[in-house]
Amino acid sequence: MREVAVIGIGKTAFGAFADRDLRSLAVEAGQKCLADAHVKPSQVEEFFLGNFAGPSFVGQNHLAPYIAGAMGILGVPCTRFEAACASSGAAFYHAVSSVAAGLNDIVLITGVEKMTSQTTPKVTEILAGAGDTCGEVRAGATFPALFAMIARRHMYQYGTTREQMAAVAVKNHENGAKNPLAHMRKVITMEQALNGKPISEPLTVYDCSLISDGAAAVLIAPLERAGEFTDKPVKVLGIAQTSDQVALDQKDDITILTAVVKAAQKAYKMAGVTAADIEFAEVHDCFTIAEIMATEDLGFVKKGEGGPYALAGCTRLNGARPINASGGLKSKGHPVGATGTGQICDVVQQIRCEAGERQLARHSLGLAQNLGGSGATAVVTILTAA
Amino acid sequence: MNPGSGIVYTETVVHAAPEQFVADAPYQLAIVTLEDGKRLTGRIVPESEGVRVVIGDRVDFVEERAGIPFFRKA
Repeated sequence: MREVAVIGIGKTAFGAFADRDLRSLAVEAGQKCLADAHVKPSQVEEFFLGNFAGPSFVGQNHLAPYIAGAMGILGVPCTRFEAACASSGAAFYHAVSSVAAGLNDIVLITGVEKMTSQTTPKVTEILAGAGDTCGEVRAGATFPALFAMIARRHMYQYGTTREQMAAVAVKNHENGAKNPLAHMRKVITMEQALNGKPISEPLTVYDCSLISDGAAAVLIAPLERAGEFTDKPVKVLGIAQTSDQVALDQKDDITILTAVVKAAQKAYKMAGVTAADIEFAEVHDCFTIAEIMATEDLGFVKKGEGGPYALAGCTRLNGARPINASGGLKSKGHPVGATGTGQICDVVQQIRCEAGERQLARHSLGLAQNLGGSGATAVVTILTAA
Repeated sequence: MNPGSGIVYTETVVHAAPEQFVADAPYQLAIVTLEDGKRLTGRIVPESEGVRVVIGDRVDFVEERAGIPFFRKA
């Protein structure tokens, strides 16, 4: 197996862009990414697209060659991956597999979602399609409802509080306010976070990530060739994708994201590191409780200690282990298909020391954790300076 | 369908509903652990017909409405 490096990154701003279509967002991110590595479209040997629900959100199918063609990438394999909110994490995993196996050298992965052209109840319905439509969804579950039920159980079993969850939102907004590409660049207070409009009890609007448009792209190559394209290659030290039941009511203990635990263990083993070695992470805070659980399931703290860990400030920019320096899905935005590659871009930016006001002091070993649905797909990637 | 009785494993009250259930909101959703140990996601009857439930409450199956199992606090 060959070692793989990230040689380029490119992102659009995340936000609500009435004048932008899905293709133009994906093309902008892809072109920025190719320019970052000084690679021409004709040099790209394979294209992977992460997109959750383009057909439902904008009525477009056959998306991978549609986007690749618009960028001038023609004649090569172009494939779309759908794994709910882990769509581009899954695309990235398979792209790394392709390069590691020696099938292709220069591979582009783009994640994209265009969500804001639909009303919020319609978006809620489309997103619910990532749950079990013969069970929980038919009964009226939305994604906020599924994570609200997880939160209730986490609070019941470990004493997690609304204040601890709100601390995640306050911290992520504080970070996102420093991110020029973030959807909602504003700080919020603890009081605001605790008194938001209820979405699905106990979650308020401040516990939920945003409905966003956006795209993020990553270019990879064999590590041995990375120097041809960049003087700041970032090595994929470990990566794993895992799965679990889609329906929340089919999981034994809903306070544990079992797929995340397994993906983290596999990725740590491949990288030859432990949880304690990870200096910073971008985790999938689709809801504040999801960030608390991620810190537990990645092994940063013991199960049940994620809430106090967040409230104590350990995960802030100047904390012991900064989490979501980008602002996370909460403030940066969550164009679902773009989130996985967006996290890779954010980790790479920190490792390259290009994160501006958000730049972390310790930035040589970072982790990205991307989640699909209520935990049926998980992708964990560990990156380091090559 | 008659799943019988069970214990509330977890619950939420949904305020922001998907398009097809906007008229029902707010409504309480629960995962119920049934007597055979299996879990089922259903609704708690509206407040006009019963009370809201919390984790650990015993609930009885009432009926199926439009394919959705409804439970009421025992």
